[in-house]
Amino acid sequence: MSMTTTQAAVDHANDPQETDYLHARSGIKHWLYTVDHKRIGVMYLVAVALAFLLGGFFASMVRWELFSPNFDAAGVAIPGGQIFEGDTYNRIFTLHGLVMVFLFIIPGIPAALGNFVLPLQLGAKDVAFPRLNLASFYVYVIGTVMALWAAIAGGVDTGWTFYTPYSSGVGGSVVMMTLAAFVLGFSSIFTGLNFIVTVHRMRAPGLTWDRMPLFVWAIYATAIIQVMATPVLGITLLLLVMERVLGVGIFDPALGGDPVLFQHFFWFYSHPAVYIMILPGMGVMSELITTFARKTIFGYRAIALSSIAIAVISFLVWGHHMFVSGQSVYAGMIFSFLTFLVAVPSAIKVINWTATLYKGSIALDAPMLYALSFLILFTIGGLTGLFLGTLGTDVHLHDTYFVVAHFHYVMMGGTAMAFFGGVHYWWPKMFGRMYSPFWSKVSAFLVFIGFNVTFLPQFVMGSRGMPRRYHDYLPQFADWHRLSSFGVVILGSGIAIMVVYLLISLKRGEKATGNPWGARSLEWSIQSPPIEHNFHEIPTVVEGPYDYPVAGQDGGAVKA
Amino acid sequence: MSSIVKHHVAHHFHDRAQESGSAKMGMWLFLVTEVLLFSGLFVAYTIIKAVNPVMWAEASKQLDATLGTINTVVLIGSSLTVALAVRAAQTNQAGEKNKQIAGLLGVTILLAGTFLVIKYFEYSHKFHVGLLPGTHYFFEGINADNPHLFFGVYFLMTGLHGIHVVIGMVVLTWVMIRSMKGHFYKDYYTPVELGGLYWHLVDLIWIYLFPLLYLV
Repeated sequence: MSMTTTQAAVDHANDPQETDYLHARSGIKHWLYTVDHKRIGVMYLVAVALAFLLGGFFASMVRWELFSPNFDAAGVAIPGGQIFEGDTYNRIFTLHGLVMVFLFIIPGIPAALGNFVLPLQLGAKDVAFPRLNLASFYVYVIGTVMALWAAIAGGVDTGWTFYTPYSSGVGGSVVMMTLAAFVLGFSSIFTGLNFIVTVHRMRAPGLTWDRMPLFVWAIYATAIIQVMATPVLGITLLLLVMERVLGVGIFDPALGGDPVLFQHFFWFYSHPAVYIMILPGMGVMSELITTFARKTIFGYRAIALSSIAIAVISFLVWGHHMFVSGQSVYAGMIFSFLTFLVAVPSAIKVINWTATLYKGSIALDAPMLYALSFLILFTIGGLTGLFLGTLGTDVHLHDTYFVVAHFHYVMMGGTAMAFFGGVHYWWPKMFGRMYSPFWSKVSAFLVFIGFNVTFLPQFVMGSRGMPRRYHDYLPQFADWHRLSSFGVVILGSGIAIMVVYLLISLKRGEKATGNPWGARSLEWSIQSPPIEHNFHEIPTVVEGPYDYPVAGQDGGAVKA
Repeated sequence: MSSIVKHHVAHHFHDRAQESGSAKMGMWLFLVTEVLLFSGLFVAYTIIKAVNPVMWAEASKQLDATLGTINTVVLIGSSLTVALAVRAAQTNQAGEKNKQIAGLLGVTILLAGTFLVIKYFEYSHKFHVGLLPGTHYFFEGINADNPHLFFGVYFLMTGLHGIHVVIGMVVLTWVMIRSMKGHFYKDYYTPVELGGLYWHLVDLIWIYLFPLLYLV
């Protein structure tokens, strides 16, 4: 409680529960029309969780098809798939990518956790534009409906990257899916714009920039990318729609256009978008590591500014997706160099988190298990990225399972782990209930093991030449593919257990106190779940968010 | 008509300054996204022009520079009237300038309409003679390869700009109706100001489009 000077706020955290935001105005109407950032965050959480399960379902279908190669006893390939035909397989992996990228990872941490936590950490009553916030949620829902409609009516098999000239000529609902991504982009811009203004204008008195929690810094850096990059994706997708509807020809070589121009446009958004996906996860990490190590973060300013550095450099590296597209060798060299440069701020963060753990008083609750998983998996994902950023090795590894494994280690091993960690961390604050400590640890363990069993074999396969996006493969890859598919079962069971105990906790979980983890940022100074307007009176902040007492003295307990 | 309706600060803001400052910052960020939305088209413009310089010069001659100039004057005039409307709102003490604000906004909307009418005549002429994008192109007076690419870029840029003009008219109409009810006065004129900012951006984009397309 040391962050607030008012004794009143201290008392309120321990008061008998007052009506919280979940019960303040009951009825479905009050939820659908709400402008409360906490309720919007919860609605987003439900939506992205469903999207994650849907995307996971498609992933399981992909792994099911790949469980064994389609060969006869004599070792001769049989045309067609084991379970799905090639075309169906292409649609399934496209949907897996689109759903996971646009419906889960991009909005996941910022829109669900960020919406709930950001104003609380800033000591604000709400975000700057509450109605825009609600609009962003409904735009997200509309985009989701459009995407699912496109998936059902015709399907899309272009991969999530929509490369021309294939995407401008192929059948299916490419136009509808493209427009869906365009609409989802608006949702992302609204959220980002809202958060930038909120961070600039809504901070509580005394909450200077160098006292902001690192989650806020990360969300802020993310928001900058969302606002700066997403419009470029918007115009790219519109150009693709125009290409299909009007035959404009800008990307069509037969009409004098240039298909590689599409790749430039696409990656100019989509590489920064990769950091829209990972930066919020890094923000969650900083919170988890300090809270569960009971120790001040090591290198606060380095972590904060490295988020901004990532946001800036991320705009300059898009060409590393195009090393084999025919772009000039000199461009390739510069992009390769810049790619190595962008690895530096990520490494700064990893090293600082590790240094924070050193001589900390570590508590292995479920959120911390996910944080440690992140630390290991993201490091593997990040370092394998350097193989791909190197021109020579990339020619060998391009479009193989090595790439697939690399970005899954970053996206799933990084962002999704941070998302799980964040959900487990703020769950008591959101719903006022604790989940089962035992089952949450079992689940975290299964997720970690299952993830590695699924994706480590893909590094091996990729380095031996297994190309991505194929629905069949040579017998020599069979054992690795089988192992990978088997990992999905472990991973899936871990996630299934998570869903069950979290839902059970809503009804039967032990009531959470205001600050169950002994953390020190502002959201833990109020009751769980918070009241509708967050704070009885706006707090005055007098010190940093991680000013834990020295380890061994007072073990991080909250004191006034 | 000549009285004012007091504005109340939304519950989550401390005061009026925080509220209007937030709104203004949000608008500027939104304008950044608008510029970036157009930036993709400017990149496409630059690359296609660099690859086909002769075609570009030939195709550009087919645009009507006179109508383009008139439209430029019309839009710059509308920027002036919207700026005067903002000024009137800032100096509106007790509703005595409500009519003036609404009138100036009305003139702005009329000028926007004029712009669209002139654009309509330009478009219909090009539709008629076949100066169209991509596969729809059938004009035969340009002696260079791929002139349809110029018109692809022309229609995309001016079309997207035209959509913004229409959105601007809707926004300004909403602001005009509210100004007649006396919602804007010296202490609260955020919507007039933000609507004006948006309109200036629409104008500004045209100021780039006009020389790049008509005069190159």
